[in-house]
Amino acid sequence: METMFENSSIQALTGGLIIGVAASLLIMLSGRIAGISGILKGAIFSKGDRLWRGLFLIGLLAGGFICHWVTGKPVPELAIDNPLLAVLAGLIVGYGVSLGSGCTSGHGVCGIARLSPRSIVATLCFMGTGILTVTLTSLLNGGL
Amino acid sequence: MKHDLAALLAGLLFGFGLAYSGMTDTHKVLGFLDIFGDWDYDLAFVMGGALLVSLFSFRLMKNRQLSLLDCPLNMPTNKQIDSKLIAGSCLFGLGWGLFGYCPGPALTSLIYLEPETLVFVFSMVLGISLHRFMHSGYFQTK
Repeated sequence: METMFENSSIQALTGGLIIGVAASLLIMLSGRIAGISGILKGAIFSKGDRLWRGLFLIGLLAGGFICHWVTGKPVPELAIDNPLLAVLAGLIVGYGVSLGSGCTSGHGVCGIARLSPRSIVATLCFMGTGILTVTLTSLLNGGL
Repeated sequence: MKHDLAALLAGLLFGFGLAYSGMTDTHKVLGFLDIFGDWDYDLAFVMGGALLVSLFSFRLMKNRQLSLLDCPLNMPTNKQIDSKLIAGSCLFGLGWGLFGYCPGPALTSLIYLEPETLVFVFSMVLGISLHRFMHSGYFQTK
């Protein structure tokens, strides 16, 4: 089937706008911050308020499914095929977002939208070490 | 009830946006973080596009006490820029750059049924739990 995509930058912008609408709906209607690590943590550990978090997380998976189904966008393959690295990176990401109270969505989208200095600092930190990690990795692999 | 359905709708849109934008593609994410190498700038448009909308809506809600469905607004109150925020965020970036997943896209990518994605998500939940238990004093000796 012929797919109807525009180029990848337009898709990134469109997807970003949709994410912005999603975060806006959650704060404007439910009064909640669309911070995915916080929602996940709350869904597992909080005593109450699990329903909306569970529904959001179900939507997060179903929405991705609907996207590939409706647009015919090909399913991406993993860049890194190393289960040990998956364990290590997963542990670090989980521990880090819990200690730093947020991730790309909570600090990067909602926090910056609130003009929170805390979230701006957090975003600079994780963008910085993300860039550093990829740069060092490609240096080690003989790239650059 | 209505606000629970709003959360479902927000989740659906969020997941759609993550998949459509390329955030669930770890090749794109690692390419985006590789600014000194063969930089793929596309994903800058994701945060740009999201902020274009969210800056506006958060401004609208700024001085309100209740949401449009009369729920209390749960705006974060912590304003402290401390070592926990900085160390945690720096660690998160390290893990992000190692594999290419941040929490949202990792969860959405579960639908691709890759075993390694499941391993990543499981480890991520373990990492969150580890921090939570340490924080609550579970592992601390008196």
